[in-house]
Amino acid sequence: MNPLALLARLGRAVLSALAAVGRIAIFAFGAFAHILRPPYYPRELFNALLNVGWLSLPVVGMTAIFTGGALALQIYSGGARFNAEAVVPQIVAIGMVRELGPVLVGLMIAARVTSSIAAEIATMKVTEQIDALVTLSTHPMKYLVAPRVLAALITVPLLVGIGDIIGIAGGYAVAVQNLGFNAAAYLQNTVDFLELRDVVSSLAKGAVFGVIAALMGCYYGMHSGRGAQGVGRATKSSVEAAAVLILAANFVLTGVFFSI
Amino acid sequence: MINMKNVHKAFGPKKVLRGLTLEVPKGTSMVIIGGSGTGKSVALKCVLGLIAPDSGEILVDGKPADSGDRDAFLARFGMLFQGGALFDSLTVWQNVAFRLLRGSLKRPAEEARAIAIEKLRRVGLTPDVADLFPAELSGGMQKRVGLARAIAAEPEIIFFDEPTTGLDPIMAGVINELIREIVVEMGATAMTITHDMSSVRAIADNVAMLHDGVIQWTGPVAQLDNSGDPYLDQFIHGRAEGPIEAVR
Ligand SMILES: Nc1ncnc2c1ncn2[C@@H]1O[C@H](COP(=O)(O)OP(=O)(O)OP(=O)(O)O)[C@@H](O)[C@H]1O
Ligand SMILES: [Mg+2]
Repeated sequence: MNPLALLARLGRAVLSALAAVGRIAIFAFGAFAHILRPPYYPRELFNALLNVGWLSLPVVGMTAIFTGGALALQIYSGGARFNAEAVVPQIVAIGMVRELGPVLVGLMIAARVTSSIAAEIATMKVTEQIDALVTLSTHPMKYLVAPRVLAALITVPLLVGIGDIIGIAGGYAVAVQNLGFNAAAYLQNTVDFLELRDVVSSLAKGAVFGVIAALMGCYYGMHSGRGAQGVGRATKSSVEAAAVLILAANFVLTGVFFSI
Repeated sequence: MINMKNVHKAFGPKKVLRGLTLEVPKGTSMVIIGGSGTGKSVALKCVLGLIAPDSGEILVDGKPADSGDRDAFLARFGMLFQGGALFDSLTVWQNVAFRLLRGSLKRPAEEARAIAIEKLRRVGLTPDVADLFPAELSGGMQKRVGLARAIAAEPEIIFFDEPTTGLDPIMAGVINELIREIVVEMGATAMTITHDMSSVRAIADNVAMLHDGVIQWTGPVAQLDNSGDPYLDQFIHGRAEGPIEAVR
């Protein structure tokens, strides 16, 4: 292929990616502006809190407990190679709180919440319910988007905190039951080792990931194409985008919190 | 008074409206007819600002539809969507009373519910459907709930997109009468899209036929049968032969 054509193609791809970033950024600003300005829809917020937060607890708990348990086993057997089995409590704590807790909870929220938000809003768009909202003098950003984003901002950090605790508990259970650790010493080591910064970074990541997950669901839902195919595509794209953005944000936030 | 002047709208390469010009005087009932896919629903959505026209002008009471306070503008309108567009997370009465439960027209829940039940009765639905969800209703019942929602806040201007499609002949008659009442008694301005010629005659003061993106014919309903327009004649008599190509 002629190199100029290749360059043009690359340029187009970059431009369209930048345009997408711009559209999403504008959408995000709009969502936050609507969160702050009245009218508020408390009933919608309550439903969103229930869906995003409360109903996500089981899946978050499961994810965390198995991950914590597996982490303890891995560190124990890996640590045995250089006689460092004793660091299990410290590494489980660091691994869960700093990294695996927020990332896995974020990804589970992307799977569970982003997809359901995107499918619901896309279906509303396809069946003209969004148009109907507008004609009934109700702003879809305010009525649909703002409550979901706010609910994610509030509840996902809490879910991450709970996930961290359950993950550590999973590691603790495995270490005490199967690996012969002393229960009191394990807990003491965990508490002594964790710093405030670890916990703050974990919760901050949760807030950012939650906002990303809810925003992507709303954005792709509101921009859904027509028909069932449009809904399917919107759902798929929303989860992909949320997962990738969460992992990228995790990298950036980890740098921000721990490289200094 | 609604004034559409030379409105154009294309979706990609597909030119749907190509210079639509239409005037609906205040307090009258305009019925829009025309083949499937000619852009009737698009035209209504352009007036409401749900679809932005590519060019042309749309005036409501002499003011551009896209200027000024959007909430105040929309508060004057009611719209029945072709597919009903009911909110499936809300019960039937909450759908009907949607406008009355929030925003500038907000009132106490019991009062809103009473109004919703009264509007449901007017479209031939009994109070026991009020607490069902839209998914639990038949297609024709959903349509009537949509109709009840459109008229719930007693708007000045009402758009009905195929109000009688999917209804039995008796219920269609009831709805035709209701629309007529709303125009005559409440003095509302109505624009109705329908394919049902008996509806046209029951509802319309004026009729406009949309074809090829423009208004092919418009005039009072009394002139419908002696318009001398070959397109309109073919359409209202449902003939396969004529100037309108029926692709087979
Ligand atoms: N949002 C949209 N995106 C792309 N194309 C659209 C959109 N809305 C409508 N169209 C196209 O515009 C044309 C006119 O659509 P419209 O819904 O106005 O038809 P209609 O006259 O109401 O037909 P019917 O009587 O079957 O309801 C159709 O060909 C449709 O495919
Ligand atoms: Mg239509």
